[in-house]
Amino acid sequence: MQLMGAEILFECLGQEKVDVIFGYPGGAVIDIYHALPQYPIEHILVRHEQAAVHAADGYARATGKVGVSLVTSGPGATNTVTGIATAYMDSIPLVVITGQVPMPLIGNDAFQEVDIIGITRSCTKHNYLVRDINDLASTLQKAFYLARTGRPGPVLVDIPKDILAAKTQYKPITTPVKMRSYNPTYTPHPGQIRRAFKELSKAKRPLFYVGGGVITSNATEELSWLIDNCHIPVTATLMGLGAYPTHKPLWLGMLGMHGTFAANTAVSTADVIVAVGARFDDRVTGKISAFAPQAKIIHVDIDPTSIQKNVTVSIPVVADCKEALQAIKKEAENNKDICWEEKQNEWLQDTVSWKKEHPFKYIDDEKIIKPQYVLEELQKLIPEDTIIATEVGQNQMWAAQFLQFFHPRHFLTSGGLGTMGYGLPAAMGAQKAFPNRLVVNVAGDGSIQMNIQELGTLMAYKLPVKILILNNGVLGMVRQWQELFYKKNYSQTNIAESQPDFVKLAEAYGAGGYRITEKSALRETLQKALDDPRAAIIDVQICPHENVYPMVPPGKALTEMLLI
Amino acid sequence: MRHVLSVLVEDEPGVLSRVSALFSGRGFNITSLNVAPTLEAQVSHMTITTRGDEQIIEQIIKQLRKLVTVIKVVDITAVTAVERELVLLKVQAGDENRAEILRIVDIFRCKVVDVSVDELSIEVTGTGEKLDALIKLMEKFGVKELVRSGVCALKRSIQADKV
Repeated sequence: MQLMGAEILFECLGQEKVDVIFGYPGGAVIDIYHALPQYPIEHILVRHEQAAVHAADGYARATGKVGVSLVTSGPGATNTVTGIATAYMDSIPLVVITGQVPMPLIGNDAFQEVDIIGITRSCTKHNYLVRDINDLASTLQKAFYLARTGRPGPVLVDIPKDILAAKTQYKPITTPVKMRSYNPTYTPHPGQIRRAFKELSKAKRPLFYVGGGVITSNATEELSWLIDNCHIPVTATLMGLGAYPTHKPLWLGMLGMHGTFAANTAVSTADVIVAVGARFDDRVTGKISAFAPQAKIIHVDIDPTSIQKNVTVSIPVVADCKEALQAIKKEAENNKDICWEEKQNEWLQDTVSWKKEHPFKYIDDEKIIKPQYVLEELQKLIPEDTIIATEVGQNQMWAAQFLQFFHPRHFLTSGGLGTMGYGLPAAMGAQKAFPNRLVVNVAGDGSIQMNIQELGTLMAYKLPVKILILNNGVLGMVRQWQELFYKKNYSQTNIAESQPDFVKLAEAYGAGGYRITEKSALRETLQKALDDPRAAIIDVQICPHENVYPMVPPGKALTEMLLI
Repeated sequence: MRHVLSVLVEDEPGVLSRVSALFSGRGFNITSLNVAPTLEAQVSHMTITTRGDEQIIEQIIKQLRKLVTVIKVVDITAVTAVERELVLLKVQAGDENRAEILRIVDIFRCKVVDVSVDELSIEVTGTGEKLDALIKLMEKFGVKELVRSGVCALKRSIQADKV
């Protein structure tokens, strides 16, 4: 069958079972948009290319499938870079298709030409420039394969316009991808598993420290089994929230810079730590030399470069988290005589009392609305399957601290890169995947303005995302650092003066607009907004100088946290 | 410590840039780097000389292996290997020095590859140390130009500890 490059692209997307793509047209990809109506793929036309990538990312996080975005060459391509880097840091599977100027013009500084392969080399898992139409199908197949296997990540495919417009004989590829230079290790080494289990079975103070990898590899069931049956307390990174239900007794809360007292103290006193799908990020470890001083560390990760990168590991296990946890579970099942609860009894009591002593807390006020209170109220009103997205900064940390996470893939947040402007488009992608579920984007008044144009997309596709703006009129997290570590020199962090009227703004787009200034009206208005069938902004005027606590000051050990 | 890494890569556009960007992006250091085709079509070989403590070298090797275009990485320093480097240099050689330079050429088993009235071009291979020694001697006469290939290395067939 003779097909154009653009048609081959859609044939391949169909083979990969892609049903929705997020994109924005332009000169170099007109051929793709010309072919689009013939195919059963839904295209979501965003308002900015950055949002196309974040939306595909939110879609991927919520569903576990590969997210796809499509943009034009030049500025279209450069606008995707932040989205790609965001997905790369959090290991999210994406395929980003960019148009390129025709092959004969490459390198000539042609109109809307940019070397996007060079630009994204360090923030993609891999990228390809398609130089021959006969390679197009196999390249796309490889791109999807790379994106979803091993440690997932974004893969960019750059396709010149003349290749999209050329024709060739097309036959679907039916053989699986084989790459001799790429063979991720999924199955753990049995010897390492035995060693790991032996340590666990001897441990007096064992602890699970889990990250996004557990969610990526769909290993939450195995994790829960081990925690519940071996009575091992668990903490998670920001990316790992949802890996274990946060209302259960062995849950210690998030660890790290804004983690709980219980989690940070537990890490600092544990004798064996099982790190699963986490990478000992500086926001988690605090001062690295003082991190987990008493612990033997067992580190399970599919990416060998994550192991021994920041901390010394006693037992490395290079494997898929699910397979590794299954193997440890099997060991536990074969060793039923171990009295876990008894040997860890003292430790379990300690962790429970730390949890009781210092839960996440705040000083409430009778009149002023505290952000933490808003989130607690929100939690009471939303169903269990609600998807929460966040922006970045204080809003993100408060959401992580004061909301409950019962299931994996229900919390979408830019953990590694910390991208302001991520939440709204990510929520949009998740809402597209799950049209019948409630999707709430917890935002700040700073972050929301970084991709607020996507209100237009929400309205166009009737995606009823609810945007909860914790409005304090400042760039709160930077302000917090200025207050605590920069002599209250509030340089360039006040944005109250030129703030738009968010309610009117929402209304201008045809969305619902709600403002909450009185604490007494909070619950009722919140409920009204959540019931609004449209997308809606809820502008909550919160206390302007509320800080996120606890906090481990930068460069300090986890034990030196500032409590409220 | 100095390490020599032998790296097999897919010969495709941008592969050198992927490798060098990895080093610059992560703050690793490259002392020398040398790329050439292998007997197998579509596969190139790189020899990279780098420095770092054990943990850094481990990271470098893992990060290289993580690149999708890298097929194989071997730390040559960890095995018994033959290392060679090539130098081409042009030295000032007037009548008064010519005989002495030629004597040194002899001792170091160099080759004269080009001659003019007052210059000699010399080719020499050997370990880095030998080349450094020769260059130092030649500097006395005035080295006008010098090019150095960077290290090439090959694992020995019989490994010392296995004999």
